[in-house]
Amino acid sequence: MIEIVNWKQGTQVTNEMKLEFRAVSDNEAFARTAVAAFVAQLNPTLEEISDIKTAVSEAVTNAIIHGYDGENREENKVWLSCMIKSDVLEVEISDRGIGIENIEKAMEPLYTSKPELERSGMGFSFMEAFMDDLEVISEVGQGTTIHMVKKIGITSWIVNEEL
Amino acid sequence: MEEEFKVIDNYLMIRMPNEIDHHHSVDISRTADKYIMDENVGNVVFDFERTTFMDSSGIGIIVGRYKKISCFGGKVFAINVGNRVRRILMLSGLHNIVEIM
Repeated sequence: MIEIVNWKQGTQVTNEMKLEFRAVSDNEAFARTAVAAFVAQLNPTLEEISDIKTAVSEAVTNAIIHGYDGENREENKVWLSCMIKSDVLEVEISDRGIGIENIEKAMEPLYTSKPELERSGMGFSFMEAFMDDLEVISEVGQGTTIHMVKKIGITSWIVNEEL
Repeated sequence: MEEEFKVIDNYLMIRMPNEIDHHHSVDISRTADKYIMDENVGNVVFDFERTTFMDSSGIGIIVGRYKKISCFGGKVFAINVGNRVRRILMLSGLHNIVEIM
């Protein structure tokens, strides 16, 4: 019999970190670099690091320009937390901004609520493509939380399979 | 982090920065549009030689410039495309409107 191990639940948290920063675009690079540095302890491939950086960049950008409508105010903060459970990285990015009315619509490829800003509407698609699991929790007027999971150490053979 | 713009004949060459995200994309788009309008160039060439990171903001820059010039028959090219940028261009279907060289 094959035993299926559910790595999402029941695995002990082996390391974690939390960050709080102001919702300004200068911090997009800071956020993705911080996550990349934190995940280094799992010995990810360059490809995996790039995947994580892109996904984090998308989520943080969304929080800044959609959650807080690009307004630079002292109280507009983004929270980022990372957890490592054996060889799995979990990243959570939260804002207390306007929230998403229709999550399904927001996640459609090419949909953007801000076409005037030249947003491509690919943010959620990239998060989905580059991470193993994506969960969006949002309430209008309360804010949005993006939960992403990536298992480190399998990308190499997935990429080989795609070729 | 400075990006370089150069007009050669009917082509606007844009040397893309090391990291392309929302923070940088606004300036790149604005400057590119200024060149397109003022110098009346028909085509745009994005040079990704230095680029090691790009998120969906990069897609926004390319699509935005494509929309500006394609109605006059202009073309968009991407040169020195590394694996990472290539994967992002493919994933967003941009290889259909951008000539990757």
